[in-house]
Parts: sequence; structure tokens; C-alpha cells
Amino acid sequence: MSDTLPVQRKITTKPRPSDVAFRGIVTSFGFINLAILTLIGAFLLFRGIEVFKVEGLSFFTDQKWEVTEESGITSGNIGIGAMLIGTLIAALIALVVALPVSVLTALMLNFYAPIWIRTFFITVIDLMAAFPSILFGLWGFFVLMPSAEYWAMLLNRYFGWFPLFQVDQPFFTRSPFIAGLVLAIMIIPIVTSVSREVFSQAPLDRIQAAYSLGANKWSMIKSVVLPFGANGVVGGAMLGLGRAFGETVAVYTVLNLVYAINWQILFGAGGNVASHIVTRWGEAGEYEVKALLAAGFVLFVLTLAVNFLADRIVRSTVKKGR
Amino acid sequence: MTLIQNQIEIPTPSKPWVKTPLQRVPSIAVGIAALALAGAIVEATPLKGKLGFFLVFVPLITVLQYLLARIRATRKAAQDIFVASFMWTASFLVFLPTASILATTVTKGLEGLRLSIFTNTMAAASYTDPIEMGGLLHALVGTIYLILLSVIISVPLGILTALYLTEIKGPGSAFIQFIVQAMSGVPSVIAGLFVFSAVILATPLEASSLMGAFALAILMVPTVTRTSQEVLVLIPNDLREAGLALGATQWKTVALVVVPAAKSGLITAIILGVARIAGETAPLLFVLGGTDALNSNPFSGFNSGLPLYIWKGFLIGLPESVQRAWTGILVLLILVLILFTAARVFGPKKGRF
Repeated sequence: MSDTLPVQRKITTKPRPSDVAFRGIVTSFGFINLAILTLIGAFLLFRGIEVFKVEGLSFFTDQKWEVTEESGITSGNIGIGAMLIGTLIAALIALVVALPVSVLTALMLNFYAPIWIRTFFITVIDLMAAFPSILFGLWGFFVLMPSAEYWAMLLNRYFGWFPLFQVDQPFFTRSPFIAGLVLAIMIIPIVTSVSREVFSQAPLDRIQAAYSLGANKWSMIKSVVLPFGANGVVGGAMLGLGRAFGETVAVYTVLNLVYAINWQILFGAGGNVASHIVTRWGEAGEYEVKALLAAGFVLFVLTLAVNFLADRIVRSTVKKGR
Repeated sequence: MTLIQNQIEIPTPSKPWVKTPLQRVPSIAVGIAALALAGAIVEATPLKGKLGFFLVFVPLITVLQYLLARIRATRKAAQDIFVASFMWTASFLVFLPTASILATTVTKGLEGLRLSIFTNTMAAASYTDPIEMGGLLHALVGTIYLILLSVIISVPLGILTALYLTEIKGPGSAFIQFIVQAMSGVPSVIAGLFVFSAVILATPLEASSLMGAFALAILMVPTVTRTSQEVLVLIPNDLREAGLALGATQWKTVALVVVPAAKSGLITAIILGVARIAGETAPLLFVLGGTDALNSNPFSGFNSGLPLYIWKGFLIGLPESVQRAWTGILVLLILVLILFTAARVFGPKKGRF
């Protein structure tokens, strides 16, 4: 009788070999992402370090980009000062235009719109996010720019007394303003969807409490949703800013690259690190390629920092809601 | 039958909050008044064109609606209407560019769309030739290579990363989550520069479809990871526990229960990833080489892609080449729209799990 009793299985927490292998493989794939991101930074820095050493801090402040080649020795007087400032200006213009539009649209979709309008607009916004950037570039150049030039002229004529809209010469083609408008359209989808996500996390009990105290929609939004979502909107805006920093072809088509800092946003001269890299790439010699890779490294660090901050802010808000 | 019908009165469903046609009259009247007034103002003053009309009409209808609400209700209600009209304007401003982009692409692209462009390359034609000469076959083939290769590279990486984040939840998962988030913010131009400096400068390999696919895969991984993760999180824990309780290893549970349950969502993740990279231009400028002839070998030799074809056409800037660019854009847009629709069809329906 006793020999038919099954032997009791040994109970253990030790994972079986197949699981060990599975966990190992999946974990290593997870860390490949880390490797890729580190390698991107490392390789760009490795190629560009010579330029950083030669140019020193003036790489960030110099506005000129002049590379001369004499009897095999390359010397350059190069810096991305104008390009960096231009990138910031265009991205800020984009943000100033896109933020109110996106936040208002997000509020409309979450609290005001009937279901069919909401479904329709979510499709529109997803579609906008799926458009290739070169499409925005072509559309911006051929369709938006003729109108935007006219708007810039009107702004200058009627609001020229305001320092922001002053120009020395009435030349409005391919200005930071137009680049900013194109970028604004490109970042609207991401800012809107982050805002929508954050607003929809607003605690329902507080929303209902506001309604039961007799608030109408706007009073409720003002007292519950906006205070709750403010951080998240800031984070979404910074995500959009990160996108705007790195955008290349759409800016290239509608911005006149000029190697001098231009603060007049309506005037047709600006800078952009990514477009600058693409512009100079074709005829760049060995040293200049390194300099462009160094510029790429600066852009990489800049977008990484902005994204890091944005991620922190958005995540803290979304967690609070849950 | 008749007895029952007499006894039970079926109440007609009523919606007391829905406005009756009579209640709608004032707001419609205000809308028409604003339209007429705006038209009159645009006619009478130097403001001209659609922009002038828009600039007059929007504030006008906002103020009129506000006044109407102020007369009929309280200040708070009027404020609500005031803000709401800003919101409608904002969403109109979101809708307008999308509609304009779609309309422009279709009208301009259709002029150059003919069958011959799908069977010819630019090897024997110049961009400035009439559109009847040459075509974008080489670019289409190049784009298909790029998509296939980047899918092969990034799908295992993306989905396994998502599995790491949802199934293993190891000590590093919060960090990896952040890394994926950071990767999604890497500018596309940087991906191209990276592949150039890490592979093309360092090894004897030259620009080819494979190099392009490396760069695109970097951009595709975060999209695939995050979309797959969203789907995997939705799989109920009951399923996992049931698998383990039946004696399966974690590997078997994931492979035979979790992944099959999430299949449609994972397909959506791949489609969204492809849609993300199908039109990327900037990285290709550095690592694809660009050629006008058909290159059927994706692993060596310069190749082309639809974005490069469009880019070249745009840069040359003459009417014929720009026409080629628009037609290229239309083909690319159709490709993206097919992917977009496919993602919606395959996508997880609400409440499925």
C-alpha cells in the first residue's frame, strides 16, 4: 500500500531553469534600451569632443560658423550661439501659440463636447500626430507661409509699437514667427492629449461636490480641474517644447537660417540647431562633421533634460489622481 | 392583449434637459445676427478676406452670446458661455490645419498621380522632367525595405521591453520606464547622426537601407514599447494567476496566456510604430545615401525612400519637381492613413478584457 503513495513534491521558491532563462532574456532586452540611449550620447560626445576642446565655451556663444581649409589644415571659427537662441525662440513661439489652444481644446473635449464631437476630435488629433513631419514642412511652405507672411505684416503694421512685433526691414518671409506657427501645429496633438489625460484624472468626488454645491461647468473647472491639472499641463507643455527643439525638416522649409542672433520674431532670419546640421551636412569636411556631431550632442542633451523634467512633472500629477 | 395595453401606460421617455426648438431660437438668432454684422463690418471697413471675417466674427459672437446669457440668466452662466465659446474657437483652430493639410495634399497630389509612377524609377529621368517621365518605384521599394527591417529590429526589442516592464517588474523597471520615455523624446535627426557616427564612421559599412532601418528602429522602439505596455497592463491578473495555478512556469504563462490575450493590442502597437517612422525624413538624410535607381539589395548600396524622394523634389523647387513631391506625399499619406485605420480596426475595443 505504501509504495503506491506518491512522493510529496518538494516545495521550493527556486525558479525553474526555463523561468531563469526567460527572466534573463527579457531583462537584458529591457536594458538594451538603456544601452542605446547611453551609446547615442557617448558616440556623439566621442566624435565631438575634439571640437569642444578646440572651441571651448565659445562653441556655445559664437554666432559665426566659418570653416576654412588651408593646405590640409582645417581651422574654424564656429559656434552655435545663434542656432541655439533661434531654436529656443521658435520653440517658445510654438508653445505660446499651442498651449492655450491645446488646453482649451482638451477642456472642451473632456467637459463640454457631446460624445460624437469628442470621438471626431480625438480622431483628428491622433491623425495630426500621425502626419509625417515632411508633410507639415511642405504644407507650411506652400500653404501656411503665404498667409502667415500677411499676418506677420498685419501684426507689424498694427502692433509694431509693441517691441515684440518690431522689425527693422519689412521682410517677413521664412521668419521665426512662421516656423513657430508650424511647430505649434505639430505639438498641438501631444500637448492636447497630455492635458486631456491629466484633466480626466481629476478626482470625480471633487467634481461632483462642486456640481452639487451649484457650480456650473466653468466654475467647476476653475476650482477643481485647473488647480489639479496645472502641473500636468506644464509637463505636457514641456514635452511639446522637447518635440519643438528637435524638429528638423518642417523647420528647415520655413526658416531662413542666418548666423546672427535675431530677436525680431517677425523678421525673416532665424536659427535652428537641427536644420543647421542638415544644411551644412552636404558640404562638410572632416572637422566640420565633428562640429556638427557636437552640435547634435548639445541638442540631444537639451531635449533629454527637457523630457526628463516633463516626465517627472506629468508623472507626479497622474499618480496623485489615482 | 387589449386588457394589458389598457392597464399599462407606457410613458414616453422625456429628456427635460434637451432644449426645445423654441428655446433654441434666441441663440440661433444671435448666431445669424453675428454672421450678418460681421459681414457688414468687413464690407464697411478696410478689413478684408476670410481672416478679417474670422477676426470680427469670433469676438462678435462671443460677446453677443455673453450678453444674451447675461440677460436671460446670471453672471456666472454668462461666464460659462463666454469661456465655452473660447473653447469652441480653439478646437476649430485645431481642426482647420488638419483639414487644410488633407485637402491640399489630396488636390495637389492627385494632379500627378498616375499608374506609371508606380512602375518607373528616376534612373532615366530628371526631377524637372514632366511627371509622365520616371516615377517613385525605387522610393516605394526603399520605404518598404526600411519598414520591414525596422520592424524586424524594433518589434522584439519593444515588446520584450514592455514584457519586462509589466511581467517581470524587476528593480530596474522604474528606471527603464524613464529610459523609454526619454528615448521617445530623442529628436529624429539625432538618431540619424548616431547611426552615422557609430556605424558608418566606425566600420567599413556604407549607407544602406539597413543603416536607415537602424536609425528608424531607435525612433520606433519607444512607440512599440509604450503601446504594448498599455495593452499588457489591461490583461487581468486572474489570467496570469490561473496559468501559474495550473502549474505553468512564468515563461509558459506569458507565452501561452498573456501574449495571445494581448495579441490584437500588440499588433496595434506595431502598426503605430510603423506609422511613426514611415514618414521620417531627417535621419534618412545621413544614413540612406539616396539614389534615383532601384536598389533591390537592402543590405548594401545606397537606397532611397519616399521621404527622400519628396525632399529632393522640394529642394529642387521647380514646378515639375514640386509636383513630384506632392504626389510622393500623397502616396506616403495614403500609406500612413492605411496604417492609421488598421490600428483602429485591430485596436483593443473598450471593455474587451
